[in-house]
Amino acid sequence: MFYWLLSVVRRQKTSRRWQNWPSVRSSSTAAEVHSVALPAQAQVVICGGGIMGTSVAYHLSKMGWKDIVLLEQGRLAAGSTRFCAGILSTARHLSIEQKMADYSNKLYHQLEQETGIQIGYTKTGSIFLAQTQDRLISLKRINSRLNVIGIPSEIISPKKVAELHPLLNVHDLVGAMHVPEDAVVSSADVTLALASAASQNGVQIYDQTSVLHVMVKKGQVTGVETDKGQIECQYFVNCAGQWAYELGLSNEEPVSIPLHACEHFYLLTRPLETPLQSNTPTIVDADGRIYIRNWQGGILSGGFEKNPKPIFTEGKNQLEIQNLQEDWDHFEPLLSSLLRRMPELETLEIVKLVNCPETFTPDMRCIMGESPVVQGYFVLAGMNSAGLSFGGGAGKYLAEWMVHGYPSENVWELDLKRFGALQSSRTFLRHRVMEVMPLLYDLKVPRWDFQTGRQLRTSPLYDRLDAQGARWMEKHGFERPKYFVPPDKDLLALEQSKTFYKPDWFDIVESEVKCCKEAVCVIDMSSFTKFEITSTGDQALEFLQYLFSNDIDVPVGHIVHTGMLNEGGGYENDCSIARLNKRSFFMISPTDQQVHCWAWLKKHMPVDSNLLLEDVTWKYTALNLIGPRAVDVLSELSYTPMTADHFPSLFCKEMSVGYANGIRVMSMTHTGEPGFMLYIPIEYALHVYNEVMSVGQKYGIRNAGYYALRSLRIEKFFAFWGQDLNTLTTPLECGRESRVKLEKGMDFIGRDALLQQKQHGVYKRFIMFILDDHDTDLDLWPWWGEPIYRNGQYVGKTTSSAYGYTLERHVCLGFVHNFSEDTREEQVVTPDFINRGEYEIDIAGQRFQAKAKLYPVASLFTHKRRKDDVELSDLHGK
Amino acid sequence: MSISALLSMGRCCCRCCCPRGLWMLSAPCCDDRRMCVCPGPRRIGIPVRSSSLPLFSDAMPAPTQLFFPLIRNCELSRIYGTACYCHHKHLCCSPSYVPQSRLRYAPHLAYATFCRPKENWWQYTQGRRYASTPQKFYLTPPQVNSILKANEYSFKVPEFDGKNVSSILGFDSNQLPANAPIEDRRSAATCLQTRGMLLGVFDGHAGCACSQAVSERLFYYIAVSLLPHETLLEIENAVESGRALLPILQWHKHPNDYFSKEASKLYFNSLRTYWQELIDLNTGESADIDVKEALINAFKRLDNDISLEAQVGDPNSFLNYLVLRVAFSGATACVAHVDGVDLHVANTGDSRAMLGVQEEDGSWSAVTLSNDHNAQNEKELERLKLEHPKNEAKSVVKQDRLLGLLMPFRAFGDVKFKWSIDLQKRVIESGPDQLNDNEYTKFIPPNYYTPPYLTAEPEVTYHRLRPQDKFLVLATDGLWETMHRQDVVRIVGEYLTGMHHQQPIAVGGYKVTLGQMHGLLTERRAKMSSVFEDQNAATHLIRHAVGNNEFGAVDHERLSKMLSLPEELARMYRDDITIIVVQFNSHVVGAYQNQE
Repeated sequence: MFYWLLSVVRRQKTSRRWQNWPSVRSSSTAAEVHSVALPAQAQVVICGGGIMGTSVAYHLSKMGWKDIVLLEQGRLAAGSTRFCAGILSTARHLSIEQKMADYSNKLYHQLEQETGIQIGYTKTGSIFLAQTQDRLISLKRINSRLNVIGIPSEIISPKKVAELHPLLNVHDLVGAMHVPEDAVVSSADVTLALASAASQNGVQIYDQTSVLHVMVKKGQVTGVETDKGQIECQYFVNCAGQWAYELGLSNEEPVSIPLHACEHFYLLTRPLETPLQSNTPTIVDADGRIYIRNWQGGILSGGFEKNPKPIFTEGKNQLEIQNLQEDWDHFEPLLSSLLRRMPELETLEIVKLVNCPETFTPDMRCIMGESPVVQGYFVLAGMNSAGLSFGGGAGKYLAEWMVHGYPSENVWELDLKRFGALQSSRTFLRHRVMEVMPLLYDLKVPRWDFQTGRQLRTSPLYDRLDAQGARWMEKHGFERPKYFVPPDKDLLALEQSKTFYKPDWFDIVESEVKCCKEAVCVIDMSSFTKFEITSTGDQALEFLQYLFSNDIDVPVGHIVHTGMLNEGGGYENDCSIARLNKRSFFMISPTDQQVHCWAWLKKHMPVDSNLLLEDVTWKYTALNLIGPRAVDVLSELSYTPMTADHFPSLFCKEMSVGYANGIRVMSMTHTGEPGFMLYIPIEYALHVYNEVMSVGQKYGIRNAGYYALRSLRIEKFFAFWGQDLNTLTTPLECGRESRVKLEKGMDFIGRDALLQQKQHGVYKRFIMFILDDHDTDLDLWPWWGEPIYRNGQYVGKTTSSAYGYTLERHVCLGFVHNFSEDTREEQVVTPDFINRGEYEIDIAGQRFQAKAKLYPVASLFTHKRRKDDVELSDLHGK
Repeated sequence: MSISALLSMGRCCCRCCCPRGLWMLSAPCCDDRRMCVCPGPRRIGIPVRSSSLPLFSDAMPAPTQLFFPLIRNCELSRIYGTACYCHHKHLCCSPSYVPQSRLRYAPHLAYATFCRPKENWWQYTQGRRYASTPQKFYLTPPQVNSILKANEYSFKVPEFDGKNVSSILGFDSNQLPANAPIEDRRSAATCLQTRGMLLGVFDGHAGCACSQAVSERLFYYIAVSLLPHETLLEIENAVESGRALLPILQWHKHPNDYFSKEASKLYFNSLRTYWQELIDLNTGESADIDVKEALINAFKRLDNDISLEAQVGDPNSFLNYLVLRVAFSGATACVAHVDGVDLHVANTGDSRAMLGVQEEDGSWSAVTLSNDHNAQNEKELERLKLEHPKNEAKSVVKQDRLLGLLMPFRAFGDVKFKWSIDLQKRVIESGPDQLNDNEYTKFIPPNYYTPPYLTAEPEVTYHRLRPQDKFLVLATDGLWETMHRQDVVRIVGEYLTGMHHQQPIAVGGYKVTLGQMHGLLTERRAKMSSVFEDQNAATHLIRHAVGNNEFGAVDHERLSKMLSLPEELARMYRDDITIIVVQFNSHVVGAYQNQE
């Protein structure tokens, strides 16, 4: 029933070529398949003969791993790969995606030469149209980021668009982005070429072989059970595309790979009267939700509709597969959009409407990496219909990951471990992908939150806070308050609130920040990941001393800020550890570390030790009392003096608050402001919250949200793991020498790398930028990922930004590199290099002057109100 | 101000300022307005005064009133032309001349009463002609929707433990008035002491008093008839000892479906007498209660009670007048009782019950579950002739009407066709003045020799539900005279199953250009959007009934014109329409079938 997209002619060619490969131990005829028995063992078994599987096989074999078996349930390149529209586009929103697409482009470009197989690579370039100013801003942001990684692109006028593409109606356009290096290619042929190259390198490929499940012993892959027999192996790679979720669940110990398929439609036409040139640029009209490329002199056009049709929710379903028909009624809005964009196509004859399911993930990013529960189980899937663009790069990074233990780039944003079992519900996935698919062509504005699959994990205070006007964002399934809308204030509706400029909540957050600075605020921070590590003897201490870069052997009751580093000295996790007693530690990590950190600890935990590791995230509600009056509130509630003499900074004590006993009070706030974190057993949460709020009234207490927290921490130059810090940044690069026990002669993971860095100096440096000539009301706001220029030279990108209400300036955090002017090689970054530069931040093509700071602005710490500044308004409750 | 705002204001006024009781007391002041705008032909026999007084408060005269000045000029003249035609030729004017207005009483009989409103209307129209500008006017789609949806009601059978174990999924109902006030009524209720659900539509004539009374009382009579002896005893004992009563019915009512508070005590007493008799009659053997018998008994008993109450009268003058109006007006009834796979339809008159059956190939077919009791029904003609002496054979049905007057051959109330001449005269003479002044009530049908000529006894049809029986449409003749039953079933069927069964388009091997395809798809979407506009199958059906053009597609222009007819004209183009669409639960029905 499948329509052979790439024409009958090519199909014949393909099969001919197929039989010409002597090394491929498989063929399209069934007889031969049966005659070849599967090997009994291999180092790596890859499941899935699409572009992902073959790309992983290709790169693994290139990197020297030879003992690889690739299994495909049907024929090679017969799944989504077969139907892929064949557009290779480098204009992506994430840097890592841009890099993957760029690598893929270069790989495919030379693949024909390398393998001798024609893959139909044609450099066409692509044009991204903007119907609105906001869309143009979005394109400009991508444009400036593409340029700095060396991909040529430019913003062009509608007139220029008309010159580049003869058929386009440009009257409703405000501009466009032209990426001349983008290409079209036959994805099926790319897959075959990769497979052929891999098999020449020794990879064995078997088609018509289904993987039933993966065999696991003691949390380690031991082999694969297929319908043709077993294969013992060390590594298993799940590249099963839209079946990856099912395959993951088929294990005894399920590996949750949250992805879900949606039907995707595109149209093929007969050639135009004067057939389109093969190098006609590909058009992406995101506002019209369509893409258009040339196809054999005619066009191929599809899109991402607003009302997607999820499919295969209940797993592989023959009924649904048979129902994969053309649905013209569903395609109608896209067809209208196409005819509006190219009115001359009215008379063009239709060949076919192709229905090819595509796979989507809960956050629109692909999934790669090792399973947190089964060692040796790798995944590469969930491409959000960009499989061809990412195929080469993603395959390379995963191969590096398997061979070296880590990829050469930071891929946390794509890491399987950003998800847990909690994103694995079929209902959740079905609902979420219906939001994700239209989002591909929606305008991507800062601070955007998913609307589906919400209210999964909530704090016990959720209803209370919601009733008080909380607006929520979600992290790792947990609802967190963004800010609290006062009863007398109205915010814009969701659609209208999308902006690249000053958002409508600006004043609300300002008053929350002010309250944190002058009085006291409560932020519900229950989402943080909380672990307890205990042991009968000193094992816990020894274990943690080796895992953490800072000295954990502190007196009981003290808190240590420390990183969990990898061999390269990069942060695997950034956390705070409280020593509860001699043998027990309480560890607080970012919310999205729940799976990753657990896996890291488990991986390094000595086998058969009597170490007890427990995830207590759900046991505690965390309230952050920020502000100078937090002391008063707490001492009144506990009848205990809480001043610095009695309760020094970074101190932890179990005490009673209100009627509730056993509350872990910690003198830290994650913002650099004075205050306390209260870790409250959940059954007391409501009581403590109510007490805090009622006692706090006279100190001007109010609720605050994460936006206020974020502004405070960025203003104080606090880096956050996941945004600023990642597996490739070291403590020395972000000015955290003091948090590393290099001098104490103790061994810990990453020590050697850090020592070396200390000796040779760092190659990048975490810097705080204060925007000088930026008008908060009128100029575009920074977000993250903006290029940083030093003396006109590109030196790095920002990682996060916020408006500093005390500085009354925008603050951007980011890394500065020192690229040699001639060789572009990275050089050592010294404080001197930082200080002797003029900096600019590029926001959507516009550059703003910025002051670079190596250390936080000192004046912020001594903020004290003078007596005669007090005014009547200070008497109001905040 | 938007139309919908006006609408809601209008309705709000009715309900807030004129609570039913109050309004009725102060009603005479409203009378004149109603009288002068009343077109007459529909209500010829009964002077407007008496028929417009009563319990119909908010059944939406307001909206149509509001739109009157907005009608397009040319449209008015067209309407006017029709009306005029009717006026001059009324003696020979058969209903077919005014296609959608089917008069229940022959026009020539009340020439005098017919004239007065006519003249008023004349002037009114003339006045409008001069005043209105030739500006085009149509109701906007939201305005149309707010009119169509004003009376819509949906009920979903609540799920228990995540499952609906009832054979009914729920029902949608709606009504669109043509008379002002509307004379149709509807009822739906779940039997609480026995299993099953009751649904019914009631089409009143000569006012809405009878249909109103039947709509609030009939289901109680049916429910009581179905109750086992022990339950009846328990209820009677509770009444006797002043304990709380067992609830019998759970009503599913639209806010506009009201119950008369004033008559509630009277109605209860009649009902109690009925169950006391049932208790006394019980022979002691607890035989299974036959639903068919229960339905027939309930219908007959209620009609009997209506007749008795009017004869006995009531010391309260208001109630006295009310029971007389109930008895002298009439109503047909079509009631369905669904209990598991057992479906009984009891019909009296010319409303209809239609079963929607989905064939194996997905197409829809209609199965009629009731027989119309009118001149088109041979059996009815025969029955009437048999019930009366041979010499009346020619007079009993004349011009397709009972005694040349009444279209339905069975009905509640209408004591003019049931009582002896003596009784009629006696009751009218001793009745209140309003009744005495009324030309129609005093008028005795011609050739009235051997009453009764009319009965309320229903014809009961039994159907055992099958999984392919997807829904049941109960509707008054207002629907059936505008639409063919096959169309009704198809439209509802397609609506309920969504558009999934609209044949998908496939290019196949044909040569289709993008432009052609686009045109085709736009058309299909327009068709679909009319489906998605309605959340209620009954509303969707009314939209088609009123707005369908000759190609069977909803034509907005037509719909807008039909709905903006002033209330005095509306009746000429259409009758009141009341529809209940009951959706069956195929899974449960299938499970029943498998059990056996």
